[in-house]
Amino acid sequence: MRHLIDIMNLSVNEIDEMIAVAKDIIANPGEYSEKCKGKKLATLFFEPSTRTRLSFEAAMYELGGNVIGFSEAQSSSAAKGESVADTIKTVGAYADIIAMRHPKEGAPVVASYKSDVPVINAGDGGHNHPTQTLTDLLTISREKNRLDNMTVGLCGDLKFGRTVHSLITAMSRFEKVKFVLISPDELRIPEYLKQEVLVKNNIEYVETTDLEAAMPELDILYMTRVQRERFFNEQDYMRLKDSYILTPEKLENAKTDLSILHPLPRVNEISVAVDDDPRARYFQQVKNGKYIRMALILKLLAESQA
Amino acid sequence: MIIGKIEDGLVLDHIKAGQGMKLYEILGLDKLDCQVALIKNADSRKYGRKDIIKIDKLIDVDLDAIGFIDPNITINIIRDGKLAKRTHIDKPEKIEGFVKCKNPRCITTVEQELPHRFVLTDREKGVYRCVYCESKLEY
Repeated sequence: MRHLIDIMNLSVNEIDEMIAVAKDIIANPGEYSEKCKGKKLATLFFEPSTRTRLSFEAAMYELGGNVIGFSEAQSSSAAKGESVADTIKTVGAYADIIAMRHPKEGAPVVASYKSDVPVINAGDGGHNHPTQTLTDLLTISREKNRLDNMTVGLCGDLKFGRTVHSLITAMSRFEKVKFVLISPDELRIPEYLKQEVLVKNNIEYVETTDLEAAMPELDILYMTRVQRERFFNEQDYMRLKDSYILTPEKLENAKTDLSILHPLPRVNEISVAVDDDPRARYFQQVKNGKYIRMALILKLLAESQA
Repeated sequence: MIIGKIEDGLVLDHIKAGQGMKLYEILGLDKLDCQVALIKNADSRKYGRKDIIKIDKLIDVDLDAIGFIDPNITINIIRDGKLAKRTHIDKPEKIEGFVKCKNPRCITTVEQELPHRFVLTDREKGVYRCVYCESKLEY
């Protein structure tokens, strides 16, 4: 049974194919409106995440399918102490495909071992969030019409930011991508990621604390939020949360065709004054999330029935 | 210091100095009812100092655990007072059951019955990662 737990479960070819399907859905939505008729998606959200859950649900509805599930652990049997494995086996009896978010890292791996239907990891703690990465890749592809030959700036919390880790890992497989890693010293990307992905694959990268100095060379600027929930220590969070705030002034030296992305939700790291700048693409990114999830659901359902 | 001769048993030799107790614990040797000797900081031509474990009984030990701790450990099997076999164990590709994931965010911290499993991701550096959360194994 094919699952999506980690973005690396997908080959570059498969990602290219899914992006092509997503673009076709955008161009011809009517052709896909009944593709999942009679199918059910279960959204098992052991941790609340309105944005991701609604994106999956909207994706399934637009494919003509139905949705069952729960939006927090309190309204599931997990609150009674049921294991992930038991929940998955039970839900697999009702649904054709499962999207699962869990606060504990590795929970979707446990689910995938036991599931009779495809499992999509919709985020497990600070670990993986592959559909966000697919969303980011579709957005970059739509903005630049390519996924290679570009300079990608990632700014903010690069230490705990799982979307950053996954995006670096995924994009390191495309030719001539340079990363500019912009963060306070305390929130630099983990050493293992640097060694096992960037150094090992001979990927060009620079680390800096200066966003404005890095700005002119960027094709993509991927902003992230400093996430309160990833800190054990409130004092550290308070000290670092306002490290980078993107304003129109800081964009003065940016390329005219820069694309500004953000996985959302934002707190204050992008000023609302930036929203009107045509280079701000983060709300378009949200829409892309639905389209790529539609492509993913189609792919996994097709493979499970093959 | 004199430790008596073994008739039938195991001698785990060339354990890096300081790792003997760790291996003793991982192998669960405290549960044995036979004589077990842990010699710390013995002189070694190869390493300067080393630890040695002598077990006065032929028991089944978890060979993966020995390879995991250090592939340079020599396993001597003694039968009728004589060396019957001498071997080394490579670092295993997978390990399970004798070390735990210490990531407080890992699913294994809340699901007690899940087996703690790790895979070798970098043989050169001896890096093992949890199969669930991918955290580097610290021990």
